[in-house]
Amino acid sequence: MKVIIIFIAAAITNNFVLTYFLGLCPFLGVSGKASSAIGMGFASTFVMTLTAVFTWLLNHLILRPLHLEFLETVSFIFIIASLVQFVEMFIRKTSPGLYKALGIYLPLITTNCIVFGLALLGSIRNYNLLENTFFGFGAGVGFTIALVLMAGMREELEIRDVPEPLKGGGITLILAGLMALAFLGFSGMVTLS
Amino acid sequence: MNKKHSLGYDFIKGLFKENPVLIQLLGLCSVLAVSNTAINSISMGLAVLFVLFFSSFVIGLIKNIIPSQVRIPSFIVVIATFVTIADLFFKAKFPDISKALGPYVPLIVVNCIILGRQEAFTQKNPLLNSLFDALGMSVGYIIVILALGIVREALGFGTVFGFRIFGSWFHPLIVMILPPGAFLTLGVFVGLMNWISSKRRA
Repeated sequence: MKVIIIFIAAAITNNFVLTYFLGLCPFLGVSGKASSAIGMGFASTFVMTLTAVFTWLLNHLILRPLHLEFLETVSFIFIIASLVQFVEMFIRKTSPGLYKALGIYLPLITTNCIVFGLALLGSIRNYNLLENTFFGFGAGVGFTIALVLMAGMREELEIRDVPEPLKGGGITLILAGLMALAFLGFSGMVTLS
Repeated sequence: MNKKHSLGYDFIKGLFKENPVLIQLLGLCSVLAVSNTAINSISMGLAVLFVLFFSSFVIGLIKNIIPSQVRIPSFIVVIATFVTIADLFFKAKFPDISKALGPYVPLIVVNCIILGRQEAFTQKNPLLNSLFDALGMSVGYIIVILALGIVREALGFGTVFGFRIFGSWFHPLIVMILPPGAFLTLGVFVGLMNWISSKRRA
């Protein structure tokens, strides 16, 4: 039961983009078209679920037993960078179609703060392996939801009359603010200790 | 090779013309997340200054001996080292601030401003210019995050740096210290910045 609550909390009530401000670069940069938003979302969800598993294993099997917690930052970054590289090679070999769809987004994920933030938050909250996996998966789903919604709004925005100085970054941030306000309405739906 | 500019220009451009936050829209996650009070803002700003300055220094020294294929991982290791130093320093000396900033100090590692400056500037320019560039960019970052922190704290709590600035008639707008307030305020800032620079050009 707890894993479902963690999943819903990570995806909706505590949406990573709208409440933790993680993953804003692609959120503001890539979200111009719905199709590329979906590609980015799937690629990130995939990497984030794997990251949740591998950083948990690293943290609980190596860093904590050996009291090397101060190496968390460096080693998590390494895990993420090599994981992304590995996933890229694996997909290219096994499924060229998927590689074509996700290809250009994969390298970008390494420097996406949502993946690293996920690893840190998972470590702070002391989830067990199963909980952490669902936490990562939920965070990825939430990121995809936010990205796709935003892309839809921006496609609409192209044909609207926006005041000149707000065009581009300004109106996108204000839209994100309104979206965050709407997502606040979900809070209280599930409570996460 | 970029065209050489004076040291002063490399510093000044980060404040306004190429402001990392308002113009380039980089490093937004920490800007939005910790700017709910002025004191958090200034702590975060100083952490970024420290990391960016020393990373630029070290990378400026070793850039010629790093093969370009492995430069990004090498840069990240250098940056991660200074981030760890800053994080442990906050934890040891200012535990309250460290708690308020939460995971956003370690997240400086993946802050696009830091890696972006190494890629776009330090790599191609002399060490001294890179240091001035790093200072300018960090000061530009501090100005924005501090302004955001002051506005949000004033409207959300009615205080600035913990001092009450409004009378008892003032009703705090709680939404300003919640996530939506951060997005809205920064959106307005970006709009104002564009408006001012278009006025200047005209």
